Amino acid sequence: MIDAAAPLLTVSDLRTWFPIRRGVFSRVHAYVRAVDGVDFTVSRGKTLGLVGESGSGKTTVGRTLLRLIPKTTGQVFFDGQDVMALGSGELRRLRRRMQIVFQDPFGSLNPRMTVGSIITEPMLVHGLYDRRERKRRAAELLERVGLAPEHVNRYPHEFSGGQRQRIGIARALSVQPDFIVCDEPVSALDVSIQGQILNLLSDIQDELGLSYLFIAHNLAVVEQFADDVAVMYLGRIVETASRQDIYAHPTHPYTEALLSAVPIPDPTLERRHVRLAGEVPSPVNPPAGCAFHPRCPLTRKLAQDADVKETTTIFSDSQPVRIMARCTAERPSLRPLADNPAHCHACLMRQ
Amino acid sequence: MTQIPQNVVEPPAEEPGALARGVPGRPLSPLSIAWRNLRKHRLAMVALVVLIIMYLAMLCDGFVAPYPYNAWDRQQAYHPAWNLHVVDAEGRFHLRPFVYVSHYEFDPYRNRIWREDTSRAYPLKLLVRGQTGTMLFGLLKTGVHLYGVQAPARLYLLGADWQGRDILSRIIFGGRVSLTIGIVGTAIAMIIGMIVGGISGYVGGAGDTVLQRICELIMLIPGFYTLMILYNTLPASLTSMQVYFGVVVILAFISWASLARVIRGMVLSVKSSDFVMAARAGGSSPWRVVTRHVLPSTFSYAIVAASLQIPAYILGEAGLSVIGMGVQEPAPTWGNMLQQAKSVTEMTFHPWLLWPGVAIFLTVMAFNFLGDGLRDALDPRTVGLKKE
Repeated sequence: MIDAAAPLLTVSDLRTWFPIRRGVFSRVHAYVRAVDGVDFTVSRGKTLGLVGESGSGKTTVGRTLLRLIPKTTGQVFFDGQDVMALGSGELRRLRRRMQIVFQDPFGSLNPRMTVGSIITEPMLVHGLYDRRERKRRAAELLERVGLAPEHVNRYPHEFSGGQRQRIGIARALSVQPDFIVCDEPVSALDVSIQGQILNLLSDIQDELGLSYLFIAHNLAVVEQFADDVAVMYLGRIVETASRQDIYAHPTHPYTEALLSAVPIPDPTLERRHVRLAGEVPSPVNPPAGCAFHPRCPLTRKLAQDADVKETTTIFSDSQPVRIMARCTAERPSLRPLADNPAHCHACLMRQ
Repeated sequence: MTQIPQNVVEPPAEEPGALARGVPGRPLSPLSIAWRNLRKHRLAMVALVVLIIMYLAMLCDGFVAPYPYNAWDRQQAYHPAWNLHVVDAEGRFHLRPFVYVSHYEFDPYRNRIWREDTSRAYPLKLLVRGQTGTMLFGLLKTGVHLYGVQAPARLYLLGADWQGRDILSRIIFGGRVSLTIGIVGTAIAMIIGMIVGGISGYVGGAGDTVLQRICELIMLIPGFYTLMILYNTLPASLTSMQVYFGVVVILAFISWASLARVIRGMVLSVKSSDFVMAARAGGSSPWRVVTRHVLPSTFSYAIVAASLQIPAYILGEAGLSVIGMGVQEPAPTWGNMLQQAKSVTEMTFHPWLLWPGVAIFLTVMAFNFLGDGLRDALDPRTVGLKKE
């Protein structure tokens, strides 16, 4: 049988490239490298927070590992099963165990279906329970997520964003999954509602022993919610660690910059902001070597004191900038820290 | 570091009833919202009432029309419109309108001079017994008519054609073809359009390319010429019923392509929406995703497109009939009735032969207004109820 200590989900070298087609014959002209070689694991009953700016590919990771989007390369193992190798029938059976909660509470519910049929549909397609039992469960789930059971006959447009997100959670829970991809489940909600939804998700996790892949761009949300954190930049993971480690000792310069951007709710405190130069580069043509090098403050600082032979000149915002040559030449890989093997990062300068 | 408060104050009651602004406790389905929005569209409601009256009259044609469509009387050829009187030959007023028996003589220029026999008045009666006609597409026979006069007098509210047949009765009977051809044709076109557009949009790839090129090919050929060419492929020995279906199929054949393109576009946009992703993540089969989630979302567009396409069918049938292709005499359609009014002589001397054109105009306008109203009412951008 499967080892209980083994991670529930293992993702290795996952790549999702979207082809850009041009011309009369729709020739593939280039690729958007939305996900470009990502490895991580999600432990049983734990939450992995996946953090990154918009456009870093974190949503694509979630959808690719559920096979909602075709992968380009890579492997995903869920509870010992090779997800990417499953046939369509086996995949549908596996979908009962892997669910998703979407970011947009308005787009993710079919406006033409009642709340009851939205929640019962996954049970119906998996042939779980009979008709009456499904209805009973739908009412029970609605109650569990904090809505009234009599709301089964209502339509999604009659609910607010937070209530719809609760419906989306009830739908994901209806088939008793082991793993849920929470794709920015609170970023479209009011701050006051965010707390409620997060509490609901964590209560459900404790109750049912679920594992989450929690995708977010808000580090504060992840800090409250996740057991482990992975930071993504331009389709790659730059740092993974336990929550305590990543907030206490960020190692990758990008993580440092992200953490310094989180506001502190205390006007008397001041923080040293790490300002990043420029914009996120295009994933069509990502920078060579370390994808972060055009914006990295660390490599610039190191280049000031380094031997000229070890540096090179790049253009950032049409300004010449000297950085370390190694950052443009070598693609970094995730390596554990010497003193903490659970803490991995992908900064060439600090490895 | 920031901390999301663990025990936030519950926000003020998030009660869906308050949001719905509807009847408390009763859920508002998207359909009932559309109906409410449509009711606020005055022109569309007028059009709807006009259409309902026309369709009811068409269904009960044998009862509503004073004569069967083929009740001819050569003595009454080209009888002018409106022979109802309320004032008799002696100048006395009668509350109940009446008609006189009339006949014609030719003047030296062979114009018809109509003379009325004023010795006896035939009052207009409700629910009179007359010639037996059929209704409900010929399923029921009826000898009773909603209104009429006793023979030998004849009522010609909209005049008579060259065989002395009542034009109003023939317009009502003509609805059997002219009012149904659009609906049957659109239904066929919609089924084909949904299948082709659904496959094309959802599956994509090479199949999509091939199907779209076929659609373009069909849309490329001017519709009316395709109609004429296809009509000529029908054998000459068909009954009027068979001709009717032949024409419907031909009309549907030239119009499914544009519906398929509209539906394909809708499917493409719905396909990538989160609720379709959610259905796939829930384990729904592709068939279920398409039939339960994707196609129903295109329905509102398809309904609007269809209601705006019905006039094209009515006009297409009329166009074919006017040039003598289509359902043949004596079965009336608005198109083949207009065929009689083709020459300038007819239009000058018997302008009442143009009444079927008015019926076509009314129907086409009504469908256009209804389509406009439906488009506003089903607009996917109006998520909830429209403001007053």
